Amino acid sequence: MRKTSDIIRPYGDTTGDGMVQVSFTLPMPHDKLAEGAALQLAAKMGLAPAMLVHAKAMGPDFTFFVVYGSATHLVDLRDVVVIEREFPMLSAKDVNATIKKRLRRKLVVVGACIGTDAHTVGIDAILNIKGFAGEKGLEYYSEITVVNCGAQVLVPELVARARAEKADAVLVSQVVTQKDAHIRNTMTMSAAFREAYPAGKVPLLVVGGPRFEQGLAARLGVDRIFGKGTTPGEVASYLVHAMAQTGATTKEQTR
Amino acid sequence: MSTVTHMSRISRAKPKLELDPIVIRKARSLARKAGAPVVKLSRTHTTVSVERAVLRLAGLSGADHDGVPWVNHLVDAVRGEVGLEHGVTTPVFDALRRGEAPDLLTLAQKSAAGSVSFRLPQGRESTAAQSLALRSVKPGMARIDKNRATRDRLIKRHGDPKQRPWIYLIVATGDIYEDIPQAQTAAREGADIIAVIRSTGQSLLDFVPEGATREGYAGTYATQENFRLMRAALDEVSKELGRYIRLVNYASGLCMPEIATMAGLERLDMMLNDSMYGILFRDINPIRTFVDQRFSRQIHARAGIIINTGEDNYLTTADAVDAAHTVTVSQLMNEYFAKEAGLQDWQLGLGHAFEINPDIPDSFRMELAQALLARQLFPNAPLKWMPPTKHMTGDVFRGYLLDGFFNLVGAMTGQDILLVGMMTEAVVTPFLSDRDLALQNVRYVINAAGNLSEDFHPPRDGFIQTRARQVLSEAVDLLERIVDDRGEPGSVPLLRAIGDGTFGLMKRPADAGKGLDGVVKRAPGYDNPATTLLATTLLEGGDTK
Repeated sequence: MRKTSDIIRPYGDTTGDGMVQVSFTLPMPHDKLAEGAALQLAAKMGLAPAMLVHAKAMGPDFTFFVVYGSATHLVDLRDVVVIEREFPMLSAKDVNATIKKRLRRKLVVVGACIGTDAHTVGIDAILNIKGFAGEKGLEYYSEITVVNCGAQVLVPELVARARAEKADAVLVSQVVTQKDAHIRNTMTMSAAFREAYPAGKVPLLVVGGPRFEQGLAARLGVDRIFGKGTTPGEVASYLVHAMAQTGATTKEQTR
Repeated sequence: MSTVTHMSRISRAKPKLELDPIVIRKARSLARKAGAPVVKLSRTHTTVSVERAVLRLAGLSGADHDGVPWVNHLVDAVRGEVGLEHGVTTPVFDALRRGEAPDLLTLAQKSAAGSVSFRLPQGRESTAAQSLALRSVKPGMARIDKNRATRDRLIKRHGDPKQRPWIYLIVATGDIYEDIPQAQTAAREGADIIAVIRSTGQSLLDFVPEGATREGYAGTYATQENFRLMRAALDEVSKELGRYIRLVNYASGLCMPEIATMAGLERLDMMLNDSMYGILFRDINPIRTFVDQRFSRQIHARAGIIINTGEDNYLTTADAVDAAHTVTVSQLMNEYFAKEAGLQDWQLGLGHAFEINPDIPDSFRMELAQALLARQLFPNAPLKWMPPTKHMTGDVFRGYLLDGFFNLVGAMTGQDILLVGMMTEAVVTPFLSDRDLALQNVRYVINAAGNLSEDFHPPRDGFIQTRARQVLSEAVDLLERIVDDRGEPGSVPLLRAIGDGTFGLMKRPADAGKGLDGVVKRAPGYDNPATTLLATTLLEGGDTK
């Protein structure tokens, strides 16, 4: 429950004391000057009074500090803007459970790098069990069947593979952006899928890459764009969310 | 005798666990049974990367203006014209003998332009080409031998680390010129071993990038020039510190044999090299992996390189309690494959990790049991002990405590190579201060409790002994299931087990996966001068160290 006040300060051991603890390194040898420098930084960070509780040389050129102090800043909760992801983040376990419950079969994901792009870094980070940023890839999910077609896959091949595997979702990675190749490739891909499938039966089309503008999904004819730093967990959570939205069927789809 | 072995023996005088020697023998014999058909497969196949590695040993290096290495051009050209079934060297050195080009580099350049024709020489001409090939590969092999001698000399001069476990730290900026000062700083702060982690995705490149590189994704590309630069920098700091600082890289992925070769040519000291990691975690074709791996390990054996295996990875995907025995099975398989390829006990950095969920009761006792089990099963191997990653939450304070307990297990159970855990695991690339704090953690534990193994004897049939026995017996059961699963005649049980998803939950059939098209069945006349030279060391090598 939120407290009555919209203005709050950090809490050390007494309401309103504003106490925080920070640690940092300065690129200078440990001496009186360094300690003074650390306190100056603390003051500029808004800590007053600040206590330098620990300073230690790390080699001849660096010093590590721990500082406690009272933050002079106030937090106004009315000014906090929360940007909501349109889907909730689920754990691997919840993703699996949801698929099991909703689909009563495995969710099939087909992934590829299309066009001349040979950079499988992105698609592999999402699909391979090795994963990315400490999260396991989609292969790790027991209720997701992953078909990774690899690099330089031709669009017709990708469509054929998606049909053969009865894909629920198609993941395409585009790293190369020379002459807007990523845009052109993506549009070709989405057009091909719309052509090959009856309306409303097209699998979820998801593209990822470091240079896609967010908010471009509709123009590119895809359902979702993922940018740099996307983790497999986000993609899995999105797929489950989108599946619920589109009402993917539990029956083996007849395509 | 290496110092590792020597020191290990002192602290391991008395076994801590009462394991049934009959069960241990059975485990090893099952591992042999499971592995032997795979070795046979490795002896009857070659791969594009093995063939490229041979050309590298013969001195071919460099790349065209698009960065495609000349070894790739030459192997592709030979494959296109006469196939690789007889090995790349016979047609290549035959072409040189016929005067198609004055040297390998020119031949490769001409072959890229399509202006060389290759053939399979017969009879005397074939013998002549093969003996020229053997002569041409010898200098490369001699350089590997010389590097090994240099390493031994430098270790004698500068000394090994004073404490055990040896302290292993990772640097990875993506830029080799940033990595160098970071590695030197890490050594000055106490690291004994520096690993330069590779760029994400390098394992799936079917070529080795060329030259010094300044751009990588979450790591720095493994290139021969980067190896050379870093080794030189560590030689400098070894001299300054009076302690030989070892350098690690990764012989894994599609170019495993070539990278192993480069490591030998540039005096790297340890290489990550797991028997099944690429198959399971990178979806590389199983046969490609086993063929590449055998050649890599033969090179490592010759180069005096310590391999590090990757059992820690199993525990990041499967549960560390339920799947504990898969670690033991993998260690046994890695040991079998390594020894078959000529590696000796002191070169087997078998891996394992502190990955049991800290929220479950007795997690620390189970970690101790598992670490002791590995210690006792492989008494003369320099075990590599890997820090928690899966249960590092971002709460850096809790993470620091967990790393302390990890260090304690390492100190109490006589581990040899300790990968330093960072409290910022899964948060950010470690800060300078994170590394310093992590090293303080290690030093405190080793200093305070390093000799605790003297006093620590888990009671007979107590929790720890029972747990260790249980894991060992589950490992034996799993090996039995693999070996007994007969299938159709001629099929390889281990490959079928991998295809069925026995390890790490992944199904990897033998006829799928990346790099499959680079596998070639050897013809009866197959010749590989590097393998010939490596096999002679196996016979003569014996106890060179």
